Amino acid sequence: MSAAIAQLLGALDWVAMLTHFMGLSLLAVAGAISTTPESHRYLVDENRWLTDAQFTDSIAIAQAAPGPNVLFIALLGWNVGFNAASWAGGALGLVLAMAGIMGPSSVLTYVTAQWSQRNRERREVRAFKQGMTPIVIALMAGTGWVLVSAHGYTLAQLPLWGLALVSTVVVWRTRIHLLWLLGAGALMGALGWV
Amino acid sequence: MGDRRAHRMGCPGRADNPWVNPVSPSPATRPPSPPSHPDDETADRRHPASLIELFIAFSSMALQGFGGVLAVVQREMVERRRWMTRDDFVEEWAVAQVMPGPNVINLAIIFGSRHFGWRGALFGVAGLLLAPTALVLSLALLYAQFAHVPQVQAALRGMSAVSAGLIAATGLKLLPSLGRHPLGWRLALALCVLTFVGLALLRVPLALLLLGIGGPTCLLTWRRLGAIEAQKKKAR
Repeated sequence: MSAAIAQLLGALDWVAMLTHFMGLSLLAVAGAISTTPESHRYLVDENRWLTDAQFTDSIAIAQAAPGPNVLFIALLGWNVGFNAASWAGGALGLVLAMAGIMGPSSVLTYVTAQWSQRNRERREVRAFKQGMTPIVIALMAGTGWVLVSAHGYTLAQLPLWGLALVSTVVVWRTRIHLLWLLGAGALMGALGWV
Repeated sequence: MGDRRAHRMGCPGRADNPWVNPVSPSPATRPPSPPSHPDDETADRRHPASLIELFIAFSSMALQGFGGVLAVVQREMVERRRWMTRDDFVEEWAVAQVMPGPNVINLAIIFGSRHFGWRGALFGVAGLLLAPTALVLSLALLYAQFAHVPQVQAALRGMSAVSAGLIAATGLKLLPSLGRHPLGWRLALALCVLTFVGLALLRVPLALLLLGIGGPTCLLTWRRLGAIEAQKKKAR
């Protein structure tokens, strides 16, 4: 572990990390994952609080584990803190990072939710909600597509596309428990079929 | 446009004119006043009984949600627990999506606060985060030991394809809610396909899609709802 990374974060650095994530919170209009490039620039390139490998591993692990995608931020905070001050540092880093990424946006969402519930019969509110419906549906279907296509459009990835397509149809048309499907996917992967 | 024309051709008072005197108002044409009971149209919609039930429900959803919780949330809240109708879900998801911050967290805040105020928001978010955070942290600590095993990475690859399918299917399941769209299902579906192409194939930035397609769609819907309301007022 290089000296630059192992440097102890001063009290100001903790505050800096908190405000970094608080700023990202309000920018994360497409979910937490959309803030990844900015986090990388700040945590890895600028401050050298994390290594490249720690950064990408944090994202991969959070994606593989159950739970909201935003948990990769918890791992980033943990790793920053752990590099600086071991276990206690890790715990503090995790709490600060999550408080930052969720705080401002949650307050805003809470206020908006209260307002829109009180005014749900207003034409503006109904027009917004119903107007966004086609876009929201497309965003979900499109996100699935984007996730698979991250592996590429080559012929070698055909089994992967096939697996994604089959699970799409199965989830759409049946009520089979999602964990069975994920287990099947893991098994097919481990056997080298996809 | 059909109903506007029907009105111009004009027979405002006639009871058999479906545009003027709808037998059962759909959510799209619900009059603003007197306030109707939004629960009436979905008699079998249920509610979380307590903060604890809310917490447990969101915890269990989060722990089932590999590669994102959205697919599980839709299945549990709409299909299993019936806490929301499909239309409710799409509409609340639109708000959760457009607000900054993690989408599923936003949905928990919106849903929790609707039933139990700020306590509901807090318990919902805590449910989503507490157990999964402990789990993801344990996984990260374990990871170093198994990262080099090729089968582990291959299994993750298989799971990622399935979880992509889950998310796509969640979108497809919500398609029927376009059937009652104020703009008509044809235009709504066309806008949906356009957005998909922009996002998945052309890789247009999300902010541009929301502004470029979402903005005009909301505006059109606003005008359409206005036309429907004006018609009802005249009919009364």
